Amino acid sequence: MTTGAVPRLPSTPFARTVWMVLRKDLTVEMRSGEIAYTTLFFAVSCVLIFAFALVKEGRAPDGGAAGILWIAILFASTLALGRTFERERQAETLRALLLAPVPRPAIYVGKLLGIIALLAAAEVVLLPLVDFLFTARLFAHPAWLIGIVVTCTIGLAAVGTLFAAMLVRTRSRDMLLPVLLYPVVVPVIIAGVQGTSALLQPAFDVAVVRFWLLLLVTFDVVFVVLALWTFEAVMSD
Amino acid sequence: MLRLTSRGRSSDRPIRWTNAARAACVAVVLLCGATAPGRLAAQGQAPQPQDEFVPVGNNPAPEQIPAAPLLIGAYIVVLGGLFFYVLSLSRRLGAVDEDVQRLEGELKRRGRG
Amino acid sequence: MPKWFNPAAILCGLMFVVSPVLIARAPDESAMGMVYKIYYYHMPSAWMFLLAPLVCGFSSALFLMRGRAEDDRRAWAAAELTVLFGALTLLTGPLWARRAWGTWWVWDARLTSSLVGWMIGWAYLILRRYGGPGSDKLAAGVALFGAVNVPFIYISVNYWRTIHPPTTVVPRLPVSMGLPLWFCVFAFLLLFVLLMTMRLRLEHARTRLDALYVALDE
Repeated sequence: MTTGAVPRLPSTPFARTVWMVLRKDLTVEMRSGEIAYTTLFFAVSCVLIFAFALVKEGRAPDGGAAGILWIAILFASTLALGRTFERERQAETLRALLLAPVPRPAIYVGKLLGIIALLAAAEVVLLPLVDFLFTARLFAHPAWLIGIVVTCTIGLAAVGTLFAAMLVRTRSRDMLLPVLLYPVVVPVIIAGVQGTSALLQPAFDVAVVRFWLLLLVTFDVVFVVLALWTFEAVMSD
Repeated sequence: MLRLTSRGRSSDRPIRWTNAARAACVAVVLLCGATAPGRLAAQGQAPQPQDEFVPVGNNPAPEQIPAAPLLIGAYIVVLGGLFFYVLSLSRRLGAVDEDVQRLEGELKRRGRG
Repeated sequence: MPKWFNPAAILCGLMFVVSPVLIARAPDESAMGMVYKIYYYHMPSAWMFLLAPLVCGFSSALFLMRGRAEDDRRAWAAAELTVLFGALTLLTGPLWARRAWGTWWVWDARLTSSLVGWMIGWAYLILRRYGGPGSDKLAAGVALFGAVNVPFIYISVNYWRTIHPPTTVVPRLPVSMGLPLWFCVFAFLLLFVLLMTMRLRLEHARTRLDALYVALDE
């Protein structure tokens, strides 16, 4: 009895696929360091440029630290996303991944975790830098800070990974990625900035921070669910 | 022609409705959930919004004058915008119809020739 | 064009001609005076601005599931109308706000999320224009995110600190104000359908043109 033209191959479990994709990305990155170093340097440059531009009479602008932090992360993530998938395109590894008998959503989750790891590495440097340059007292409430930073990064990365993967075979992809990405992630950025700003207030209000954190969690779940479905639908020929 | 497949599935087969419906339901439920934390938002320093419009009886004429340019401007914007969009659509449609007719004529001629 | 198009277009035109008369007869508002009458075109534009991305997103989802070109054409048409009605909403709103709030713009949840929704519409059109082959599917993916933004725009005004009127205004309108409003809403809805039909006709014609070019090359 025939089962169709395409032979059934043993499929790889979801988690194993995710781990294989993530490990591949981390291994390549740890050997070359290309994207990590360039992303980090670019993010630091962004923060410094904002510092040079906005500092008046030796003082940083009030309340500017949160916005500057997240703008720098957003710009740096755009570069990282573009470069990560450009590397896949040049080596034709994305095509190989899509041909493999693995669940497509697992490929997306693997790439997503890789991007999150990259951004997390940049944020480990950026957060103390912003704290230092703008005397922002970011680490006064570290648990809440980590919550806000992690959820906002996941939201950025979820949409960014999807769009960057979608655009890998498109012309003008370098220009189109920010054009598509920025409007969609604006709500995430706003929530991240507002949440981070709330942490920096002298009169710390837990309810306000919790609200923005819950909103970020909601965005993350909605975007990741949507991206999982869209990735499978869009990445087939 | 090489087709990208996953788990031996033909790329012609449509994405399952069940997955889409599941994703959509989760998204809707979570979006509704997003309104709950919204209620925690503090009453802001912004002026309170008007939650209903109350008509007046008699309107003293002098109060209407400063608003007139904004009102007229708004209606001009809407009607003008719609007009120019319809014009643009008609032009694009006309140009494409013209090309279609030209090519159909060309095909007919080649068919005869 | 379908047979109903011309009669519908004439009816729509007549409704737009009559609407200023109805609006002029509506009473002024006690706090805002005459300027609130921008509302009679601003709100229907806003509702069409919310409807268009939903149509775009739904059609895009169908396109990704079924792969039919008709769904893609509908999505593209709806994206253009998103940009059109979004522009009308974002232009008329500030004209009203200047008088009612004393400022052209505030960065509150409703206005910000509306601007974001408008930009997503632009992003869709830019991708279709410059993305090259395969951009139909990519744009469909983007449209899904645009559609998800719509409920957020609608409910934002009820749950965030904002001076934009909340959604309780419409149900509480007296008849003298409600009648011209619903008249304008139906006029805009009819216009939306007509514009979608014209735009779809354009896409059909373009598809026919592409097929003719291919036939000529053979």
